[in-house]
Amino acid sequence: MVTTNTNIETESGCCCQSKAQSSSCKSKENTLEKVSHNQQLIIEGAGCASCVGKIEGALKATFGVVSAEMNFADRTVIVSGTAKTEELIKAVESVGYNAKPIDDSSATDALDEKEAADWAYYKKLMRDTFIALSLGVPLMIYSIVVGEMTVETNLERMSWLLVGILTFGVMYFSGKHFYVGAWKSFKNHSANMDTLIALGTGTAWVYSMVVVFAPDAVPLMARHVYFEATAMIIGLIDLGLALEIKARGKTSEAIKRLIGLQAKTATVVRDNKEVQIGIEQVLLNDVVKVKPGEKIPVDGVVLEGHTSIDESMLTGEPMPVEKAEEDEVVAGTLNKSGMILFKATRVGKDTALAQIINMVKRAQNSKPPIGRLADVISAYFVPVVMIISVLSALAWLNFGPEPAIAFAIVSATTVLIIACPCALGLATPMSVMVGVGKAAEAGVLIRNGEALQTASKITAMILDKTGTITEGAPKVTDIVLAKATDEKDVLQLAASLESGSEHPLAQAIVESALEKNIDLLKIEAFNAITGFGVEASCNNKALLFGNDKLMKLKGIDLTGFVEQAQSLAKEAKTPMYFAVDGELAAIIAVADPIKSDSISAIKRLQANGIRVIMLTGDNKETAAAVAKKAGISEFLAEVLPEDKANKVKELQEGGEIVGMTGDGINDAPALALADVGFAIGTGTDVAIESADITLMRGSLHGLADAIAVSKATLRNIKQNLFGAFVYNVAGIPFAAGILYPFFGILLSPVIAGAAMAFSSLTVVSNANRLRLFKAKEH
Amino acid sequence: MVINLLGLVLIALIVWWFWLYKPNKTIVQDNEVLIEVKDGVYSPSSIQVSASQPVTLKFMRKDQSPCAETMLIPSLEISEQLKLNEITQITLLNLSPGEHEFHCQMQMYRGVLKVV
Repeated sequence: MVTTNTNIETESGCCCQSKAQSSSCKSKENTLEKVSHNQQLIIEGAGCASCVGKIEGALKATFGVVSAEMNFADRTVIVSGTAKTEELIKAVESVGYNAKPIDDSSATDALDEKEAADWAYYKKLMRDTFIALSLGVPLMIYSIVVGEMTVETNLERMSWLLVGILTFGVMYFSGKHFYVGAWKSFKNHSANMDTLIALGTGTAWVYSMVVVFAPDAVPLMARHVYFEATAMIIGLIDLGLALEIKARGKTSEAIKRLIGLQAKTATVVRDNKEVQIGIEQVLLNDVVKVKPGEKIPVDGVVLEGHTSIDESMLTGEPMPVEKAEEDEVVAGTLNKSGMILFKATRVGKDTALAQIINMVKRAQNSKPPIGRLADVISAYFVPVVMIISVLSALAWLNFGPEPAIAFAIVSATTVLIIACPCALGLATPMSVMVGVGKAAEAGVLIRNGEALQTASKITAMILDKTGTITEGAPKVTDIVLAKATDEKDVLQLAASLESGSEHPLAQAIVESALEKNIDLLKIEAFNAITGFGVEASCNNKALLFGNDKLMKLKGIDLTGFVEQAQSLAKEAKTPMYFAVDGELAAIIAVADPIKSDSISAIKRLQANGIRVIMLTGDNKETAAAVAKKAGISEFLAEVLPEDKANKVKELQEGGEIVGMTGDGINDAPALALADVGFAIGTGTDVAIESADITLMRGSLHGLADAIAVSKATLRNIKQNLFGAFVYNVAGIPFAAGILYPFFGILLSPVIAGAAMAFSSLTVVSNANRLRLFKAKEH
Repeated sequence: MVINLLGLVLIALIVWWFWLYKPNKTIVQDNEVLIEVKDGVYSPSSIQVSASQPVTLKFMRKDQSPCAETMLIPSLEISEQLKLNEITQITLLNLSPGEHEFHCQMQMYRGVLKVV
């Protein structure tokens, strides 16, 4: 079990209330003493103004509290001093109220801070790049135009000494972070990218200075300096890091968009007054007012008003949803038309949006199994490269042509510089970050990297019928009139009669009448005939509603209509007869209709080579008819929930990778057993933690989208891993000089520096391509 | 000959220093440990805690580089974004004895939590 939270500290390790105090804080550097400065608490249960004095008094009496001021309007109190939050909460509780801390840095603010910090770091790196390349580029041009940078005369020695000192300046100002990082890692018995860069550039500089100071120590032919390599490598790698920061910013666009959905303030009605407060101050059961054009600040249930709400940002469903009293509203969605008052039912971290953000963040940082090999390699990579560098130098010294020492230095340096553990390390997480975010944009919540990877390999998909393929709510589909009467009149009488029944099919008829604004009439002498139907009288008319057995029992002539009823049954509809005053008035058919886009979504799955199987607890005739209509050739009817799990097992034993889609409640055992369990949500009412992948909208296209985005992400990861492996596997031997015996080519350390800097940038940029992914169809 | 010998000694030193040497563990006494995230290393990086008590890891990130931003403990399915110049606390309860590695996304920052 894990709990996390953050507390603000300054870099020096203590929190200062003002600049004046900051000097005293500096003396505490590295002690990281935790001091609580200005804290804001929200008070629950404070119903009268007299509470203010009690609460303030209790807080002021707490050790370490300097001041406590309560704002009764929004029920918050600001406490300054050194007391811990828990002590403040206890003090409030001791006088009979509850308190909870307010995190004054909202997610949006945190994101802004992160962007500001990234921007500052980007600017620093670009400045470092400019300094390093200002020296490196002229030196490179000199080496190309003039030729070898050798040390033969005293004038050359003095000139190169000056260049060496300037290069040291570059190493200090632009590359200090590499050397400090390398040294700290070394002391810690670990090695990282800094180690390779520091060793590579350091070796080139030290060798060059040896040539300058003691040219006699090296053979005449080997008296080259490599200052340009040191300056160029530092410049190029700083440039690569800067560009990588920019590219990385784009990978988190999806989470930024989700966080951006949160409203910052809410209007609540307290003591018959409207108060505008921060959303973190909204309490459970607060009455919240939302005007047209405003975002819903927290989750709740509508108390008053009627409106349409755009939920597309969460569900991907483009059509606005009508909301009236007792309907649920969800934080982050947009109120389009009317003003509503609603009761807050979930606030803070409990809102659906907060949970979605949390889940997406966690999933973005999790790794699919495909990335594990890269992880294992990364763990051993740097020391292995160091060993290869030494072996390469030894090979040149033993078998290389003269000047062997110069060749050895160049190859050892180039090996260290070209190797790029970052590209390997970034290959998987960058793609997962973009892929999971992209899925969230389409209303598909992927729990973790493993679910993402498995979803891309699904070969068989089991779909539950009711609520998954179909709407899940029976509706009147056909009214076949037996004689020339008004359909509205027939429906009015039938619905009035059925309003006395609790049968689900009867409810469908009543709802159909209400949808058409048909008023129900008063009925008398209602009588339910179990297994047959119902009868009653209305406006002196004798009404009879039920199956063919009831009609026969009551002597109603069905001649010519039985065939029509059978034909409706074959279309997965349930036909019922309605008779008025001893004569058949109509056949009314009720069915759970297939969702409008289920057929096209199923076609998409099948087009991807996925075997689609429908399971249902319904009878065979209905199941067969629904399956046929939905374009599914394989189905199982009259299945109990445990049989669904058995079917999953059976398919798995047959070598299939099985996806199971259900409502997350009745299908729980099968969802758990499947390789990937998909919970299909209706609107935003989803059990986020219940499945590997949650579809925020009811459409099965979400399923096809989830699989498509998983496949695209896995393809992207494979490209990245392939690129990173090939780069390192090919680059390191080239750098060591494997081409030299055959073609006389030895890679320059500067080229290695450029390749290394841009290899990780390539990985991040390739992952960014996923942002352009669009699911096909609809 | 001498240079080859020096090269082999260097290789042996690399193997010993980076793989064979076991650094001293920081033993957590009072249920919490402050871990500084700076210059490519977690300090301390080797932490020993008791299985019988909850432990709070307090990560203080001082490195601006995005590499330092994410901290993962894969065996416990934990991934946490570390905010710059702030402490991010992770409280672990009911840990079973064993070793849990923690690292950044690219495994350049690495540490181990040993539960005894």
